[in-house]
This record gives sequence, C-alpha cells and structure tokens, in this order.
Amino acid sequence: MYSYLIRRIFMLLPTLFGAAILVFVLLRLVPGDVCDLKFGGEGGYVDPEQIKMCREMLGLENPMYVQFYEYMKGFLTLDLGVSMWTTKPVTEEIAGRFQISVEIAILATITSIFIALPLGIISAVRRNTWTDYVIRGISISGIAIPSFWLGILILLGLLIFTQKYFGEPWMPPVDYKSLFDDPAYNLSQMVWPALATGFRYSAVATRMTRSAMLEVLREDYVRTARAKGLIEKVIVNRHALKNAMLPVITIIGMEFAFLMGGLVVTEQVFNLNGLGKLLVESVEQADFTMTQALVMLAVAIFVVANFVVDVMYAVLDPRIRYG
Amino acid sequence: MKSHGLKLAVAATVGLAFTAGAAVADTPKSGGTLNIVVGSKIPSYDGHIESTFGMIHPIRPFYSTLIRVNPDNPSSPVDFVCDLCEGSVPAGAEGGTKFTFKIRKDVKFHDGTPLTAADVKATYDKIVFPPEGVASSRKAYFKAVDSITTPDDYTLVFKLKHPTATFIPAVAMPFNFVYAKKDLDANGYNWHQRNINGTGAFTFVEHVAGSHVSGKKYAGYHHKGRPYLDGYKAISAPKMNVRLQAIRGGRADIEFRGFPPKARDDLVKALGDKITVQESDWNCVLLLTPNHEVKPFDDPRVRRALSLAVNRYEGSKYLSRIAIVKTVGGVVFPAHPLATSIEDLGKTVAGYNTDHAANIKEAKRLLKEAGHPNLSFTLHNRGVDQPYRVVGTWAIDQWKKAGITVKQWVQPTSPFYATLRKKGDFDVSIDFNCQAVVNPIADISKFLPTAGNNYANFADTELESTYDALLKAGDEGSQKALVRKYEKRVLNDLASQAITLWWYKINPHRSYVKGWKIAPSHYLNQALDNIWLDK
Repeated sequence: MYSYLIRRIFMLLPTLFGAAILVFVLLRLVPGDVCDLKFGGEGGYVDPEQIKMCREMLGLENPMYVQFYEYMKGFLTLDLGVSMWTTKPVTEEIAGRFQISVEIAILATITSIFIALPLGIISAVRRNTWTDYVIRGISISGIAIPSFWLGILILLGLLIFTQKYFGEPWMPPVDYKSLFDDPAYNLSQMVWPALATGFRYSAVATRMTRSAMLEVLREDYVRTARAKGLIEKVIVNRHALKNAMLPVITIIGMEFAFLMGGLVVTEQVFNLNGLGKLLVESVEQADFTMTQALVMLAVAIFVVANFVVDVMYAVLDPRIRYG
Repeated sequence: MKSHGLKLAVAATVGLAFTAGAAVADTPKSGGTLNIVVGSKIPSYDGHIESTFGMIHPIRPFYSTLIRVNPDNPSSPVDFVCDLCEGSVPAGAEGGTKFTFKIRKDVKFHDGTPLTAADVKATYDKIVFPPEGVASSRKAYFKAVDSITTPDDYTLVFKLKHPTATFIPAVAMPFNFVYAKKDLDANGYNWHQRNINGTGAFTFVEHVAGSHVSGKKYAGYHHKGRPYLDGYKAISAPKMNVRLQAIRGGRADIEFRGFPPKARDDLVKALGDKITVQESDWNCVLLLTPNHEVKPFDDPRVRRALSLAVNRYEGSKYLSRIAIVKTVGGVVFPAHPLATSIEDLGKTVAGYNTDHAANIKEAKRLLKEAGHPNLSFTLHNRGVDQPYRVVGTWAIDQWKKAGITVKQWVQPTSPFYATLRKKGDFDVSIDFNCQAVVNPIADISKFLPTAGNNYANFADTELESTYDALLKAGDEGSQKALVRKYEKRVLNDLASQAITLWWYKINPHRSYVKGWKIAPSHYLNQALDNIWLDK
C-alpha cells in the first residue's frame, strides 16, 4: 500500500510538468499581451514608449526560453511571481478568492449529498414506480440544465417574486463578506449559487447512487439477508448502501475538485469573487502569470482529488489493496 | 410594441426632468453610503500610469486634482474650475505661455500633512518630466511645458514653450492625482501604485481584490460642507447583466460608465420612477481604419467610397435604439465649439451629404474608376458587443448596398490590438478614439500618420504641418480654420480614416441619488463630493 502511494505521488510530477508546459505555450500562442491592454484598451492616447517600458518591466521582451526558465524556476520554488495586471503577488490574489471557491464547493457538495443520497436510494428501492420516474425526471433535468442558466433563472425569479410580493425587488449581495465576519450576509450570497451548482451535482450523484444501489440489491448476500428475515431498512442502510458507495464517492470527489477549480460561468452570473471569475479576468487581460498559476492550481486539485478518491476506495472496501 | 417604447421614452424623459428639477430645488442631505458597480478591474492605484475607468471610479474619490471639469456643469466641454487652486482657472499670461496657479491654504492630505505648491510641483514633475524608467501615461499631453516652478509655498507656475489650447484641458484630466512630495521623496515613484494618501473627499478604508473598494467621508475635505455621503463602496462587477440587476435589486445605486438603450428600457420598465436616466453625447467615437499598405486601400478613391457608402443619419436613427452610438459628427467632439456643424460637413466632406442615393452613386462611380466595381474585403473588429460588433455589422450591411462584399473578422481585445499594432495584416479595421476631458486639439492627434495609435499606415506632410500649426494657434478663430482644414484632409481628401458615429452615454440610476450630473466621458465627475442620497 505504502509503495503504491509513493509511486502515485511520484506520478503526479510528470502530470504537473506536462500541464505547466502546455499552459505556457498555449498562452503565448495567442497574439497580444497585457501591456497592449493596460495602455490602449480604453482607446485613449497610446505612448509606444510606455508600452515598451511595461513589457520590459514584466519580462515580456525576454526571449521565450528565458521566460520559460523563469516560470519553471518560480514553479519549483513555489514563487509564482506577481500578477501582470495588478503587480500584486499571485499567491496574495489567489488566497482571497480560494476561500470563496472552497466555501461554494463545500456548500454545493452538502446540498448535493442531502439531495442525491435519499433520492438515489428511494429511486432504487422503488424501482419502476411513479416515485422512481419522478426522481429520474428531476435528475435528468438537473443534468440537462446548465448551472449558470439555472443561476440566471434563480436571480430573475428572486427579483420578480420579491417585487411582486414585497414591493421592492431583492437579489443576493454582489460583494463579498466572510462567513466569519457576517454569516447572514455571506450565506444570503452563497446559498443561491450553491443551490444552482448543487442541483446539477446532485443529479449526477442521484443517478449514480440509484444504479449502484440497484446493482448491490441484486447481490446474493442481499437476498440472503432478506431470507434471514432482516427488515428492509437494515438491508438497505447497513448492507447495501455501504457497498454501493464506491462509485458515488468517486463522483462526489471529482465534482468537488471541479468546483474547487472555479465555477467559471456561475461565478460570473452571481458576481462571486472566486477562482473562476479570476481565471476569466486573467485570460481576458492576458495576465500570463496569473493564468498559469490558476491553471496549475486547478490541475493540482484534480490530481490530488483523484489520488484521495483512490485511497478512499481502499478504506471503504477492505478487499481493495494496491500492491 | 410601439406604445411600450413610447412609455419607456416618456418615463426616461420624466426621469431626466426630475433630475434637472431636483438639482435646483432640493437641499442636499448628509449621510448614507453610495454603492457603485464598476465594470472593470483595478490594475494599480496610480492615476499617473493607469488609463482605465476601472481605476478612476473606485480610486478618484481619494484624490484631488489641481483643476477639474466643473462638477455642477460637467456637460460643458469648456467649463473648468479650481480644485486645489484658488479663484478661477488662470488664463495664460505672456502670450499664453505662463499659467500661474494660487494653491489653497486649507488643504491637508489624509495623513495630516498640509498641502503646498511643492506637492503639486512634485506631482507634475512626475507626470511631465518622469525620470528614466518611470512610467507616465500622460507625459505626451504636456510636451509644450518648459518648466514648473514654485515662487512661494502657495504659488505654482507652468511656463510653456509656446501657447497651446491643449494645456488647461490636459491639467484638468482626472488621472492627474496630486500626491504628497514627502511620499514621493521617501517612498519613490512606485509607492502610489499600492498605497493611497490623497486630499480627496473620501479616505481609504479597504480594497478587497476583485470584490470592492470602500471609502469613508474625509472630515478635513477642503470644499467645505462636502462630501454629503458618509462613504461609498465601489463593487467590481465585470458583467453588464450583473451591474444592471444590481441596480434593479437594490444592491447598487449607480453605474457610471453607461448602459445600452435596452438595459435602460428594462430598468425603467421594472422600476418606473424609482429610476432616473441621464443621457449625454460621449467623447468616444468608432472609426473605420483602412490599411493603406494593402491594395486597393492605397487608393483614396476606394477609401472615399467606403465612407460615402455609410449612411450615418439613418444609422444614428436606428442604431441608437440598440447600441451606445448616436451622434453624427466630424473629428471633433460634436458638442465642442471647435466642432464642424453637420451642415458644413455635408458641404465639404464625403459621406455627410444627406442625399444618400447620390452618395451611393458616387461611391459606385469611384470604385469603378479605381478598377474595383465588385470590391470585397475583410473587416477586422473587436470582440466586444457594445458598440463594436453592432456597428461593424451595420457597416457591412451599408457597404453591401454599394455592391461591396465584406466579411467580418472578430478578435478578442488583446489579439485585436496585436493585429493593429504589430502584425498590421488587416484590410479595414474598426478602431476607436475615446478620451477623458474634451480636449479637441489633443484628441484629434489620433488621425496623425505619426501618432502612436494611428494604424492606417500612411504618411502625409500636409496633415502633420496643419496639426503643428493648430497646436500653436492661440486664438479660437484660427484654431477653427485649422481644424476645418485638418478635418477635410483626414476625412475627405485623403479619406485616411472614416468616422462612423459618436457614442452616446446612458446612465440610469436610482432616483434617490442626487447631485451627480452626467459628463461627456465616463472618466469625468467621479470625485463624488457633490452626490447625496435622498432616501
């Protein structure tokens, strides 16, 4: 087991290195840079001397191999440099947004688990009844509806509903306050995007729970348990559910990693100051250092989440041993 | 549909009337926090190097400038008032080459340091004569400045190399934040990129990166009785729909850049008289820039045909319903005294004649004569809807009526600039000229072949010499005559570039926001010291 873990950890390195090269090259294939935007994006007078000075300061005039060397050096020493747009350290810019993305990911995961597990189990236990059809309908709609679109509907719905019934339209806050500073304000902003993303997330998990449960409920040991006269609740909760959890945990883990990487569009809809919004802004502003750091962060989260899910397999099913 | 549009128009007009009436009748009330939504991000806090409204809207209230556009009459392009100076804005002495400013004695920086002329001099030294390696985005506006001196603690003198009408508007630019000399001396020229110590109406409270900037009332502000607000919060919201819904949903009171007509109509429809709409001509214009190095755009007949084929008057009527463009004009901001009237443009410049059938006929004749009766090319455009793609698509339709076939090539902003500035591999491109203070003689330098932001790739000594004479022309009469000559050369004789339509600024805001008046630029009137909330 331990040798497997060490091998897996070493396998992460080439994955991260490959991603680092890819993001570096792809960003520079697109013509234009941050100095063009800083000094000309607003259409006013442009002083070519200022643009040149900006490029020199940011190292954009250096040959590509020098830029790559600097980038890799920073990556290996965990010094991600400064944002080309704000000139503040990249780590400082990311840190503030990271907590928002983590909070959204946790809230969406909680929402999803609370919806997905009961619905998935009920759907499997009451297979091919109207209850099953309704739940499957809900979960298919969850997969079909993009979370950003659901987010737009939620916002418009809130505005219309509150204006109609309370006289004044209301929408969630568009600026951020920490959960620890002002919990009510924070949750009044976060609960809606968590609902929008959690709904899609739960749809995937519901379907997975249902199919895993159906498979387990057909197993011999379940039949034996029923033959022994165990009550259905015990069979489902104690014998079937635990064994059906493996694929569900995989889905939850990967979705959590996806959410941690930033909800690129949903964050824009709710004006959430998370990693997704930062990524979009960085790409738009040709902020190479920031974009590189964010992509690498997303890659690292995925790789680590994958690793954790593999380890969880072994914990949940003692028969699984990595050698 | 028609009646609905009419209702919206009436509601907006009523809102406008309310504003005008209210500004006269109401007594300002103190208190409250103004919530602003800002559609761009702050690069740094240093006004001397930045050029985005994403910095001006949240940061300008912390600073003062030597003079400014009159906050109570910002729509006038020629009304400047003192901010840190006393009395009225000085007229040039010694043949317009010497400007003496008397500095106020009651001004203190937020850290308690009293302001003197030495602070203003240190600020302008940084802007006008930056040391090697120090960036200054507006240095070129002050090319005529020979020296800056302080005969005493409260007097500042600018000596110019020659008289120029561009000087006072350049001083009034909202980016010229006045810094404390001691901050510059002790911390260097980069300190203000990350730190704030101004003399503005508000003191800095916090900046949460990517979320908001907030400020609170500065009790020692030099304009007594102001500001009226207790504070303000500038919330970053890059998406227009979020900014719109934030005003509708009560999360923001105002947005200063401007919304398209549809957004204004939606807000008025949803909130009725709780929304007030202010509208103004905007000192931004979209241009059609042919690349003179690409055939057949090296031929002035072809370029003139492109301009002739565009029906600006019809475009103004219809595009103004869906886009932030409206006004027909020449190279100078249409509301400025130096601007050429539509009637005169119609007589002297191709494409401004109201007989569009004759314009189309002439365009076809010119193309045939140039050997390109079935001209086809690609229009390079910026990947921004308002108003670039809307105007680009409209222009293509206009050209089609003259038998010209055009494809559109849209690029995101960064590659768009790379194409214009570095590669130059385009046929005709949409370009824009967007300025802060209306400073026509400086603004029209965009059309000079040698200007850093002219991408038409041509040379013309006559245009350069006309501009040189204009730059030094002292009286308004000769300035007007030279502007006409310059404009005719650009838009008609060379047809080096063509003007489409000037932008139109629409600012719907909550009706309880009082005191703020719309200006012809989204950079202007952002000190927030005259705003109050009637809640």
